[in-house]
Amino acid sequence: MSATLLQIDGKQVEAQEGMTLLEAAQTAGIRIPTLCHHEKLEPYGGCRVCMVEIEKRGWSKLVAACVYPAESDLVVRTRSEKIDRIRKTIVELLLAHAPDSPELLALAREYGANKDRFEAQASFCVQCGLCVRYCAEIKKADAVGFLDRGTRREISFIPELAATVCWDCKECFSLCPTSALQAAYVLTTALVPHPPQVEAGSER
Amino acid sequence: MSRIGSPAELEEFRKGIAATRDPAKVGVTLCCGSACLASGSAEVAVSVEAELKERGLDAHVQLRKTGCRGFCERGPVLVTHPDEVCYLQVEPGDASEIVTQSANGQAVIDRLLYAEPGTGARIPKESDIPFYKHQVRRVFGSNGSIDPKSIEDYLAVGGYSALEKVLFRMTSDEVVEEVKRSKLRGRGGGGFPTGRKWEESRKAPGDAKYVIVNADEGDPGAYMDRSLLEGNPHLVLEGLTIGAYAVGAHEGFIYVRQEYPLAVENVMLAIKTAKECGLLGKDILGSGFDFTVTVHQGAGAFVCGESSALMTALEGRVGEPRPKYIHTAVKGVWDQPSVLNNVETWANVPLIVNQGADWFGEFGTEGSKGTKIFSLVGKITNTGLVEVPMGMTLQDIIFKIGGGIPGGRKFKAVQTGGPSGGCIPEALLGLEVGFDELTEAGSMMGSGGMIVMDEDTCMVDVARYFLDFLADESCGKCAPCREGTGQMLRILTDITEGRGTEGDLELLEELSEVAKEASLCALGKSAPNPFLSTLRYFRDEYETHIAEKRCPARSCKELIAFHIDPAACRACMTCLKNCPADAIDGGKNRIHVIDQDACTKCGTCFEVCPPRYGAVRKTSGEPVPAPILEDERIIVRKSKES
Ligand SMILES: Cc1cc2nc3c(=O)[nH]c(=O)nc-3n(C[C@H](O)[C@H](O)[C@H](O)COP(=O)(O)O)c2cc1C
Ligand code: SF4
Repeated sequence: MSATLLQIDGKQVEAQEGMTLLEAAQTAGIRIPTLCHHEKLEPYGGCRVCMVEIEKRGWSKLVAACVYPAESDLVVRTRSEKIDRIRKTIVELLLAHAPDSPELLALAREYGANKDRFEAQASFCVQCGLCVRYCAEIKKADAVGFLDRGTRREISFIPELAATVCWDCKECFSLCPTSALQAAYVLTTALVPHPPQVEAGSER
Repeated sequence: MSRIGSPAELEEFRKGIAATRDPAKVGVTLCCGSACLASGSAEVAVSVEAELKERGLDAHVQLRKTGCRGFCERGPVLVTHPDEVCYLQVEPGDASEIVTQSANGQAVIDRLLYAEPGTGARIPKESDIPFYKHQVRRVFGSNGSIDPKSIEDYLAVGGYSALEKVLFRMTSDEVVEEVKRSKLRGRGGGGFPTGRKWEESRKAPGDAKYVIVNADEGDPGAYMDRSLLEGNPHLVLEGLTIGAYAVGAHEGFIYVRQEYPLAVENVMLAIKTAKECGLLGKDILGSGFDFTVTVHQGAGAFVCGESSALMTALEGRVGEPRPKYIHTAVKGVWDQPSVLNNVETWANVPLIVNQGADWFGEFGTEGSKGTKIFSLVGKITNTGLVEVPMGMTLQDIIFKIGGGIPGGRKFKAVQTGGPSGGCIPEALLGLEVGFDELTEAGSMMGSGGMIVMDEDTCMVDVARYFLDFLADESCGKCAPCREGTGQMLRILTDITEGRGTEGDLELLEELSEVAKEASLCALGKSAPNPFLSTLRYFRDEYETHIAEKRCPARSCKELIAFHIDPAACRACMTCLKNCPADAIDGGKNRIHVIDQDACTKCGTCFEVCPPRYGAVRKTSGEPVPAPILEDERIIVRKSKES
């Protein structure tokens, strides 16, 4: 494997081929905030709080660090007035959905985001897709998915699967940055007409 | 149909078709594009056919059902040959007269001809009608003269000669070079140089390569791609096959919207007949080059037209944009090099191959060559599809071809580039159309939508309208677009409904920056355009809405009111009878009054009040005068007195 040399926040960083900017930064101990990223899952590029500025052959632009491949001679800046401003607004937009999310509140403190900037939204979900992707990619169960699009988009458990497959798993609960996924699950199972069959000895 | 196995056989076949066609022969072409079909051209066709049969002329006079001719506003459009007389808004009942005229060469039917506005002078010949006279119909040229269901028709106008030329007389490098030299840029939105894309794909390593037609066309009001595919499917197929040869692909896809059934039908038929003729499939024309095409019907989301979403859909997954920092020309469908081009882009290719890059570049601006088809709609006299040379001014398109604004209203702005395009004001009417020119003006070429707006249009409401579309069509995957367009729509709605507050514009600008810079795909990146361009040119309208709660165009429903001027009202009861909300009180000889609480502001009274009275007033930002006293409402008429 050939190594790639690039500069992140003024530091020379050696990245392995196939690494993303996020991974390259992590090897050098540089932190880039993320919400929808998970090491075990395919990069998604949905929350956009990992936007960084790259400079290449004289022009610069913002890219999502979790999906952009590390390239030789790139100059990367992970903080700037503009980046911070964009991260702050994104966090504020998401706090309208999940005002109590510990992860969002930590980012809000770091970037000076106002939790009440935008009117509270009905859905708790910040659409990071961690539960959906974890269930599809790792568990290969597809018990939870996305419905609809745009601002109406929401996650939804497939009731039949939720009552069977999910009962013994629930691994996605801890992934949810809003901590509200469990509530959504409980709500779904409550809607299932037949209570799930609990085999003798199974954990409750 | 028998298989054509060599260039010589193709030539012979073409000659055979030409021998049966006498250009001096009498004929009738009838537009059967989707728009004309909607205005009744199928029924016209039935009557003309019946008429020909009844008179025993069916062997003598040919009726050809063609694709869209662009003048959709005046459809069904029928043209007689060889004299090229153009009849508009033809009805089945006109068939008998038309057949008599064309078969016997009798005087033209005046009432069906184009009438010049103002003078009323009749113009018989299609090419003399201003709508057509100022166009340069290169790509669209054959649409009106061939039957899209007939490969013979396409061959008769020189079809597949460009394919024969590249397969036998050009290397694939030469084809790429010619397209590069022509400076053709993508007609689907981005304006990316087509030749460069092909070259990148040609050079990229890959087990298989693909070429794809983007016929998703989801812009509301735009239908040029649909019309091309419906009206001249072989032209697009020929372009695609040439592209496949140039990049080294043996498989192609046509991604077309399910809602375009006629386009799907015609292109499927074209593929089938081209295959039977040996112009598609294995060993095309005996050249040894293989190429197959599959039609993929997409189910309608606007974002599926975006390249990465379209490719995901082709792979059989949910059509959602994917983060792509490597060009799809290098890593596209199934991670293989894939060239995606718009319908109109592909349709230009055979012309460039046949006539050369220099001919193509005869027209244009520095960065934009050739012609472009626009869908001209809105407050414009001649709506329809127009093909103009790049570099024509907006002024000429709107006034010379489009015939200006109807109803004596004043031009205000033209919105170009589809939902995420921008609005260009009157001061910039001299702008020459081109990719870079439109972008510099804060709008874009997009796929060629052009919506003309008059003085009654509120620019804040226009921005709100497009944001509404975009927020609805956002796939919702990334936060800046999903949340950002949602919030922008909410703020714009507040402003148009009189709830705007100080700071709204700054917040909108902040959200615009986030969507533009941080969104995953071009939908989100360009979503702020409708707001930003209207703010740039019509800032005062925003400020008036916010500070004075007034809509200067008197268009925003929540900010306007209607009342009847008692001095002008003649109690004619017209508005009273027409009001759908029963909000008007009045009677014979009793001056009418609008009940402000019941009024839904539909504007019916304003439209129906006889111009000689002109008693209904539309106001914004000023209090409605108190209704006059009951005993002052009686009109005492002079005639009654005497
Ligand atoms: C939201 C969105 C919708 C799009 N829809 C279309 C479409 O309907 N047709 C099209 O040709 N290009 C569309 N595009 C542009 C394509 O992504 C792509 O740039 C184009 O098909 C490339 O072909 P061209 O270079 O010939 O223009 C769309 C882009 C976006 C972001
Ligand atoms: S920009 Fe909009 S349409 Fe594109 S991926 Fe993001 S949410 Fe989806």
